[in-house]
Amino acid sequence: MPPQATQLAIIGGGPGGYAAAFLAADLGMQVTLIDQEPNPGGVCLYRGCIPSKALLHVAKVLEDARQATSWGVTFAEPTIDIGKLRTWKEGVVRKLTGGLGDLCKRRGVTFMQGRATFVDATTLSVQTTQGEEQRLTCTHAVVATGSRPTTLPHLTLDSPRLLDSTSALAIPDIPRTLLVIGGGYIGLEMGSVYTALGTKVSVVEMTSGLLPGVDRDLVNLLSARLKKSMAAIMLNTTVVAMHEEPNGIRVTFEGSEVQEPQQLFDKVLVAVGRRPNAQGLGLENTRVELTPRGFITVDAQRRTTEPTIYAIGDVAGEPMLAHKASHEGRVAVRAIAGHKVAFEPHAIPAVVFTDPEIAWCGLTETQAKQEGRTIEVARFPWGASGRATTLDRHEGVTKLILDPSTSRILGVGIAGSGAGEIIAEGVLAVEMAALASDLALSIHPHPTLSETLMEAAEVFFGQSTHVYRPQRRRSDAPRVGLASLDGFEESG
Amino acid sequence: MATFEFVLPELGEGMEAGDVVQVLVSVGESITEEQPVLELETDKAVVEVPAPVSGTVKAIHVQAGDKAAVGQLLLTVEMPVATAAAADAPHTPAPAIVSRPPTAENGETRATDKAVPRPPEPPAQTAQAPPSQSVRTVFPPPQQPQPSEPPRPAVPAAPSVRQLAREIGVDINQVQGSGAGGRISLEDVKRYARDLHARPASQQSRGALPAVTLPDFTKWGAVERQPMSNVRRATAERMTQSWVTIPHVTQFDKADITDVEQLRQRYDAQRTQSAGGKLTITAIVLKVVAAALKRFPQFNASVDMTTHEVIHKAYYHIGAAVDTDRGLLVPVIRDVDQKNILELSVELTQLAERARSRKTTLEEMQGGTFTITNLGGLGGTNFTPIINAPEVAILGLARSSMEPVYNDSTGQFTPRLMLPLALSYDHRLIDGADGVRFLRWVVEVLQQPFLLALEG
Repeated sequence: MPPQATQLAIIGGGPGGYAAAFLAADLGMQVTLIDQEPNPGGVCLYRGCIPSKALLHVAKVLEDARQATSWGVTFAEPTIDIGKLRTWKEGVVRKLTGGLGDLCKRRGVTFMQGRATFVDATTLSVQTTQGEEQRLTCTHAVVATGSRPTTLPHLTLDSPRLLDSTSALAIPDIPRTLLVIGGGYIGLEMGSVYTALGTKVSVVEMTSGLLPGVDRDLVNLLSARLKKSMAAIMLNTTVVAMHEEPNGIRVTFEGSEVQEPQQLFDKVLVAVGRRPNAQGLGLENTRVELTPRGFITVDAQRRTTEPTIYAIGDVAGEPMLAHKASHEGRVAVRAIAGHKVAFEPHAIPAVVFTDPEIAWCGLTETQAKQEGRTIEVARFPWGASGRATTLDRHEGVTKLILDPSTSRILGVGIAGSGAGEIIAEGVLAVEMAALASDLALSIHPHPTLSETLMEAAEVFFGQSTHVYRPQRRRSDAPRVGLASLDGFEESG
Repeated sequence: MATFEFVLPELGEGMEAGDVVQVLVSVGESITEEQPVLELETDKAVVEVPAPVSGTVKAIHVQAGDKAAVGQLLLTVEMPVATAAAADAPHTPAPAIVSRPPTAENGETRATDKAVPRPPEPPAQTAQAPPSQSVRTVFPPPQQPQPSEPPRPAVPAAPSVRQLAREIGVDINQVQGSGAGGRISLEDVKRYARDLHARPASQQSRGALPAVTLPDFTKWGAVERQPMSNVRRATAERMTQSWVTIPHVTQFDKADITDVEQLRQRYDAQRTQSAGGKLTITAIVLKVVAAALKRFPQFNASVDMTTHEVIHKAYYHIGAAVDTDRGLLVPVIRDVDQKNILELSVELTQLAERARSRKTTLEEMQGGTFTITNLGGLGGTNFTPIINAPEVAILGLARSSMEPVYNDSTGQFTPRLMLPLALSYDHRLIDGADGVRFLRWVVEVLQQPFLLALEG
């Protein structure tokens, strides 16, 4: 095939790559987007955020139906048609990725299905799905190749019983028992899906708590619920060996809290993190450099050490989140277009879509402690939220991390049903450098969970409508933790 | 290996650029952190710029004679990976150390950096001849965010405001927020940018007025044009500023120092030389002036015309002009009122030596409340010193000489050693009568040193 030329080549069609491609096209650039799938979408749409959220929605419905008994509504035990469930989930993915493919066409973005490698800084070799090699020269390139699940080299088993996040999302069946290795967000989300489908799920986590790095007060609310719904949560425990047997995988555990060192599971899901896809791209043929952890080194414009090549998303560094990749993609394209831009967010929201959800943005208490920063924390317990009570989900907390000298909101943390939706207001507050009074004085709709943000700001000032603490004053009120929930009045 | 692009750090308050005097390293040389890598001459000093990291010099991007602006790429240093790894902290949105590829676009960025207007000059250090060079000051290496250090809190400005600042080339971190909690508004950024652009204009009006159209000198013979050194340019700007903004009056007088000169000679040999100092008339005048400043506090003040306030200082730091081979320097002696003449003479001797050997620091030349300039060693009958703004007065000493002085009581002329004095003062703050009273008191104390103990 004769070589083709393009202004901008984007390698990887995930939320970073397609956001970059669409903006570049809208700015009038000639864009080629290269991905191995038939349509843009990447891991997020094909094997990540989207299918997992579709399944988590089903899990929530199942859970709500079970809980409805206590509200006087009893459903029959659900019958799960796994084939139909899979079809529905795949339909969601197809609809969204197809829509992206359509947007590509409408914007005049050339989509190439294949695998691209750098021959030099401005020449790509694309191995197309038809098995042909296509040369593509470009003025600029954006590397948006994402990440893939980390494997445990000492625990590899060539067995269909061993799952990673991709194969787990395919739900080949509903196993009787499942071990999730890794207490991070992927493990807990997938574990929650299988739990709702009826699997007895155990989680094993190497460190002393689930969701390492996340504020403990938020995680504790989730742990409390998961301990009831899941078969076991094994902390401070490592998996040292796995052997396939006719009836499952025999797993050997090690750790101070281990009660049964050997257990048999129908399936094992390895969810111990993700690593950047920076290998096999021919980057060695360019001046692109990698960090010791294997990410591509980029500057504030997401430009690599090769001046014409940019990198965005998971491959360019933590946190590995789709919305961060999209934002970076837009920064990189604007930089290429000559705009003065920089990637400098004050708050990148993170959401764990478990039940309850956990969401945070900006400064966390954990981070503030590590950095030795003086902060104040204002907590509003959801027990005092009318909306949470109507949902029969009073476990939850909304907290603000504040600068005591200015009362500026530096971070927000939320645990509770629907936390992921209301964290967005926290992001805006942090980015806008809002003060506690800005939040407290903005009227929030009643009865909604968003009120908890307003009332957390009121707690900072020592007076909150639905939390009554006669002995507390402004200076010590924000320090009140969940441990001392006595004294608040529930009302609607 | 990882590369580190070393850009010129902020060298000190008000310093934006300098001339590269000398590059102290060469390509391939291995350098250690804090090792001086080049000498830079700025308005105020020749400084050694230390390396912020250890490694091997891969490329040098400046050479002697170049102008270097803050933020300009100086060196590319290759670092061992272990060092570079510190920069790769997880969850850091922008890597702490970013290798900047040397591209044409970067070159443009740097050019833009240079075009950013210079902030106003820091407070003056000079007397009648102005800020001079030959000061060797080592600045700390630029601060790289370390994972162990708490990072700078995010600037309190909305994304749209940060974007505007970036687009118009304003460092958002420099903008003072007018909103609650120091929040920076769009208006704050615009005001900052306006001020930034207004400054060079007003500096120009101060520094270049009246604009003179020069004739073509070559009509009359051969000429050579030489660029002004940073020192000379700063001098020109500062002196013009002082001259144009301060209504100067110069009051002359003469002090009969015949007796004090005898005392000076006697005690110089007996006391000060053994203490490592040299008892000069300047040291004595320093002490007298400190006492005079206490008696006449308006001379130890500054004028703020923007707020219409007089700033009285409760400290007596007096600058003494020192002639060096690279120009005139004015190191400041702190708390002159609390030191005796012996201590002052020792300190003055040391400061002068430090100034001549280019060791005076910038700090040592700041914070003066009054200046003394003694040109007597060189000659001249008198002169009109220019006030070292924002001070409000300066005392000049010319060459003392034997003069016939008519003695009222004997009815005869007697030979007396007379010191010509010139006090320039800021007439906005100081009235003519006060000027005379101040200088008369200084003269009388010099003639009758006992008054220092009696009245001072």
